Amino acid sequence: MKVVYTDSLVIGGGLAGLRVAIASKNRGLDTLVLSLIPAKRSHSAAAQGGMQASLANSVKSKDDNEDVHFGDTVKGSDWGCDQDVARMFAHTAPKAIRELAGWGVPWSRVRKGDREVVVNAERVTITEEDDDHGLITSRDFGGTKKWRTCYTADGTGHTMLYAMDNKAIELGIPVHERKEAIALIHEGDRCYGAIVRDMITGELIAYVANATTMATGGYGRLYSISTNAIINEGMGAAIALETGKAPLGNMEAVQFHPTAIVPAGILTTEGCRGDGGILRDVDGYRFMPDYEPEKKELASRDVVSRRMTEHIRKGKGVESPYGPHLWLDITLLGREHIEKNLREVKEICEYFLGIDPVKDFIPVRPTQHYSMGGVRTTPKGESPALRGLFSVGEAACWDMHGFNRLGGNSVAETAVAGMIVGEYVADHCLAHDVDIDIGTVRKFFDREQAKIDALLERTEGENVHELKAAMQQVMMDKVGIFRKGGPLAEAVEELKALLERSRNIVVRAKARSANPELEQALRVPRMIKLAICVAKGARDRTESRGAHAREDFPDRNDRDWLSRTLATWPDDDALEPELNYEPLDVMRMEMPPGSRGYGNAKTIEHPDTAKRVAEVEAITASLPDADRHEIQRALMSYELPEKYRGMNERSGVGTA
Amino acid sequence: MTTNGQPKGRTLVFNILRFNPQEKGDKPRMVRYEVEEAPGMTIFIALNHIREQMEPSLQFDFVCRAGICGSCGMVINGRPDLACRTLTTKFPEGEITLMPLPAFELIGDLSVNTGEFMRSVAERVESWIHSEEAKAPDLDVLEERMDPDTADAIYELDRCIECGCCISACGTLRMREKFLGARGFMSVARFMADPRDDRTDADWYEVIGDDDGVFGCMTLLGCEDTCPKDLPHQAKIAYLRRRMVKA
Ligand SMILES: Cc1cc2nc3c(=O)[nH]c(=O)nc-3n(C[C@H](O)[C@H](O)[C@H](O)COP(=O)(O)OP(=O)(O)OC[C@H]3O[C@@H](n4cnc5c(N)ncnc54)[C@H](O)[C@@H]3O)c2cc1C
Ligand code: FES
Repeated sequence: MKVVYTDSLVIGGGLAGLRVAIASKNRGLDTLVLSLIPAKRSHSAAAQGGMQASLANSVKSKDDNEDVHFGDTVKGSDWGCDQDVARMFAHTAPKAIRELAGWGVPWSRVRKGDREVVVNAERVTITEEDDDHGLITSRDFGGTKKWRTCYTADGTGHTMLYAMDNKAIELGIPVHERKEAIALIHEGDRCYGAIVRDMITGELIAYVANATTMATGGYGRLYSISTNAIINEGMGAAIALETGKAPLGNMEAVQFHPTAIVPAGILTTEGCRGDGGILRDVDGYRFMPDYEPEKKELASRDVVSRRMTEHIRKGKGVESPYGPHLWLDITLLGREHIEKNLREVKEICEYFLGIDPVKDFIPVRPTQHYSMGGVRTTPKGESPALRGLFSVGEAACWDMHGFNRLGGNSVAETAVAGMIVGEYVADHCLAHDVDIDIGTVRKFFDREQAKIDALLERTEGENVHELKAAMQQVMMDKVGIFRKGGPLAEAVEELKALLERSRNIVVRAKARSANPELEQALRVPRMIKLAICVAKGARDRTESRGAHAREDFPDRNDRDWLSRTLATWPDDDALEPELNYEPLDVMRMEMPPGSRGYGNAKTIEHPDTAKRVAEVEAITASLPDADRHEIQRALMSYELPEKYRGMNERSGVGTA
Repeated sequence: MTTNGQPKGRTLVFNILRFNPQEKGDKPRMVRYEVEEAPGMTIFIALNHIREQMEPSLQFDFVCRAGICGSCGMVINGRPDLACRTLTTKFPEGEITLMPLPAFELIGDLSVNTGEFMRSVAERVESWIHSEEAKAPDLDVLEERMDPDTADAIYELDRCIECGCCISACGTLRMREKFLGARGFMSVARFMADPRDDRTDADWYEVIGDDDGVFGCMTLLGCEDTCPKDLPHQAKIAYLRRRMVKA
């Protein structure tokens, strides 16, 4: 048995994983990153639109600060997030962006003087102040009060990931590429690393570590059409689930992005609408203002996606061989703007649709985009059930997004969580020893080897591609944007039947070494387990919150459902997870539940809400001379690593 | 016409190099597959179809399938390009030959190991900001200002996706094993343009001032011709050379 020892094992070489690795390395720990692919190819590179941080440099973002960013994030989450975490995040985001500026990201900058922009389909001139010239600028995004999304043209994720990976290379952090973690090593309440398959040689290797960080990205590929990279199959969450101990949080919270192209499902960034693009129907009519008079195309994603679907259901979609779609119109932004700030969008339109978005409308429809759910962690990023197991980025349910994440808040989360959790990972490594018996490692190693042997030996059985396609179709048809009890119940049963069948997969390709069919055969049963977690969570949550929209329960029900779903997998023979619910404590909330100000849902109030609202008012009133920081601390204290506690300076206002 | 009323597509012929160096005794060979063309079909879609329906062991790499991540470089009818964004309609004769990118270690079939190569380029160029300040920045204060045009100009050179097309199209690299190649030069140009980086021309001379560096380039311009991101390789190599002559 080949064994590799390290202090800090990071599974995943996207933005989140690399940032944790950098933190570990900077604290003097032996650190190692595993990735399916070269780190720079991770899906983080695909983020086009930008990263939210309340720098407040541009004239349209003046008066922005942590409080406003926190408020937008909580509303976006439909009060489903952990407010402590949202605070940790909003406070650290400006530091993350400044750190990345130091590491080389060429953030687009404020240019003093007049500038033409499109707001609400009209050209207006805004004037940037001389004092702000050369500071990092930002654009508008959905669900935000201020222009807060910082960007590099439309290659934000790319430039961030390159800067992050280059930093990791500078520090000499090894990235073991084409290695797939297929099981976690654990005993009692402690995680000790992972069993890993070399995707070239097929060899299994045990990576034994003091801390193991799951940074494996989202599970978008449970759906047949998704904006996600095709490697986003949720394996990190799945192998955590398979420990039978670590719970997954809010798996039913799946975001659909309003504007992916039809049919390929490739994303056109929210920056298209942020910069002034609008949505039109079959008649060329701009319909969003009818539904959302205030935020229009820039309500939060869950809301815009539902409105588009409603409008298509009214017969206003454009028919196509791939089903109905709507139009995204960015022609009003003009050639110069599109070729500079939306070039990636232009390339995608040219290559995949054969159209020029400077002149033509883009066919779009809401498409699976983001996984709010994932490995449940504490605010320190650690699994509540398995010590030494951490998770960050899209793989995690750290829980700053609740039931809907805001555009631009995800790459921001990867960098911020990487910084914060990275420190806690290092603290853990420095405080604990690895006390595992090699026999335990061997047990996991042998178990995984036996699974592979059995797969390669089986001569008759199920076709893995068929099972996967069937699962993806169930998810599309029955666990999509709008959900209903009946179809959800069917989905759970159909997926369970698929899981049973997946225990009898036969692979036609028999190589032990690089073998794409074998890889899928190892993943698909795990993907089906995740799909069941999503479907069952959605079936049982009889309310609508954020991206989880039940037609039979259209109200947000704080009274019964202000809680986080926790899914654990009982044992290998089980066909469904156990679901438990972790209540959110209204009496601790800095921002008690209220209205989002967009979307039309009613709310059934939580019994504590009125009490907490009064309490918040009383606390605020009792501090007439306090500044916003003092009031914030009085309302809800939260933790942060020492080095990130400093106040953030802003142009013209200092730290006020 | 097929049953759903769509016209039946052409029959495309794919000739694909098959070879798994991990399996003892396996030898490189060309294998022919026939695929019915569908509307909007890309090579990504066609290869997955072949793998799911005909050849489960076929190896190839796609990640973003949107022309963004650089995973899917391969030689398509003699030309290195991104397979995911290549529509099959581009080939009127309906015959498509696919080979792995040369110049990289072959993993199997159409899959090559670009990762190790690109990391070695990053290490050689030291593709990170060199400055004392960047080592311990104060994250609580206003970021350093940068001229907006400078930021835009850096981004223009930072758009490389490390697909490897330029490397496999490089005539010089075939003769000079240690030649840095266009990817490396673009990276040098990018950090030279960055005011946050303290390196001087003398420092850069150490990296690219010889025949394995910018003086070795035979100006065959395979890089310029094949770069899927249309990066200005020719202009930048010429620029680096002029600067290094003076250094
Ligand atoms: C098209 C698109 C555009 C987006 N645009 C934006 C945007 O503008 N702004 C924004 O904020 N967010 C955006 N997002 C979301 C954001 O990009 C992602 O949520 C974020 O980048 C995820 O980063 P990550 O580090 O968590 O995971 P990823 O970048 O997905 O990295 C996952 C890593 O895990 C590795 N891995 C996975 N499984 C295993 C395993 N079993 N063993 C070993 N390694 C494994 C992979 O190799 C990879 O390195 C966008 C998403 C998409 C799909
Ligand atoms: S798969 Fe990402 S560029 Fe082709």
